[in-house]
Amino acid sequence: MSEYRAEIALWALSGLLPFIMLALWRQAPAGAALALGPGGLDRYFLSAYLVRQFSVVWVVFAFEEDALLGRLSPYLLQPLHPLWRYVAAHLSEQLTRLPFAAAIVAVFFAVYPAGFWIPSLPRLLLAAVATLGAFAIGFLLQSLIAALCFWSEKASALERLLFVPFLFFSGLLAPLAAFPPAVRAAAQWTPFPWLIDFPARVLAGLPVDVAAGFAAQLAWIALLLPAALLLWRLGVRRYTAMGA
Amino acid sequence: MGRYLRTLRRFWGTALAGQLEYQLNVGIELVAAAANLAGSVFILSLFFGQGRQLGGWSWQAALVVQGIYTLLDGVASTWLRPNLGAIVTHVREGTLDFVLLKPIDSQFWLSLRTLSPAGLSEIGLGLGLVAWAAPRAGAAFSPGGLALALLVMLAGLVTLYALWFLLATTSIWFVKTWNATEVLRAALTAGRFPISAYPPGLRLLFTLVLPVAFLTTVPAETLLGRSTAPLVGAALLVAGLSLGLSRAFWRFALRHYTSASS
Repeated sequence: MSEYRAEIALWALSGLLPFIMLALWRQAPAGAALALGPGGLDRYFLSAYLVRQFSVVWVVFAFEEDALLGRLSPYLLQPLHPLWRYVAAHLSEQLTRLPFAAAIVAVFFAVYPAGFWIPSLPRLLLAAVATLGAFAIGFLLQSLIAALCFWSEKASALERLLFVPFLFFSGLLAPLAAFPPAVRAAAQWTPFPWLIDFPARVLAGLPVDVAAGFAAQLAWIALLLPAALLLWRLGVRRYTAMGA
Repeated sequence: MGRYLRTLRRFWGTALAGQLEYQLNVGIELVAAAANLAGSVFILSLFFGQGRQLGGWSWQAALVVQGIYTLLDGVASTWLRPNLGAIVTHVREGTLDFVLLKPIDSQFWLSLRTLSPAGLSEIGLGLGLVAWAAPRAGAAFSPGGLALALLVMLAGLVTLYALWFLLATTSIWFVKTWNATEVLRAALTAGRFPISAYPPGLRLLFTLVLPVAFLTTVPAETLLGRSTAPLVGAALLVAGLSLGLSRAFWRFALRHYTSASS
């Protein structure tokens, strides 16, 4: 088990990008112009890190491997939709990340004491729900691509096309408040800001339109869930068990 | 030496022939690389505007750093990731035994076995960005200066290779180092920005512990004609030391290698 512990700790470390960006934003004059208030930047990027840690999705890679190695065939015989297997795997690994995330939070507050805050209980619960929403959207988006594995062996290459806009428009590298107004307005019509920026602002206690955020998340889930299920069903119909 | 060159030509010829089977992937990579660069430049632009600077660097000069980063990232995708990622598999499946038995240097074989065209588009885009931004940032190209800049860039490349190889070598003990390379990748993204934009503590870390400064910032400064002789010397020293260290560490690790099935 200690092998896995090291692995999970490394994954937690590989998400350090928001902290590198925080160091830049704190130094840069552009960061002060954001007017997030004292400690606001620190809280935003720590929250962004946490939201990312607990909403990260890798279903397309797991699925591609299972499909290529022929492990998918027995899953399809089971009386439960195979996607549930991946949902369970994601949720349980996120749980094991909790201690490492807690350690990183402790180190963070030691380095940036000005950013210390304890979110109120309602905020914390709202942020947890928003993070879960972000996870659901991310999972459905990747499931759509994963379903394409039924047609092409290397569908995971398409995941890069999804990850690039996610990286830049989600708020992981810069709060959306820093975007030029036109870009920000355009980004709001994509699913990406609702994956990091919105939950992070809720958790950080920054001003945010909670109702609009949850409405957008629900709308995306309502749009993606039927699409993912439909594409999956079409794919299974033409599945020809590789390696079996 | 001639034998090594001949082997190299065989390696890369077969690798490229194999990869070109997946033409769609090459197209996707091209789109992804272009979008990635556009996004990076967009994020970088957020730090500028209204006469602002980033750590004393102008917009065009910061773009040179970004271009060199893109170039190095492309080299990593084309050369380092496919080769050094395979070391983990070799260790896990025991096929490293076969590599060690071959009458050729094992570090050479493992480091240069294959090439992937995945990063070629990034290399092209990075070169293009550097060529566009450097004259606008005030670089006065002279043959001597250009040669010096190329030398420092080469030193950066050697340093990058050594860092990757050091990390890949640890798989002899830990087997699953793929995640560790992801950590390295995450840390190296710090090189997207000039090192002077970071707070002093991180600047020290990125210079002495994880030499990110010598990968992008110092080559950019040399290209812009702003670097000093000690800085160039330091870049060469870091490259030489890292390469020597990676070599020594590989030899040390092999003494602890116990194959997969035993």
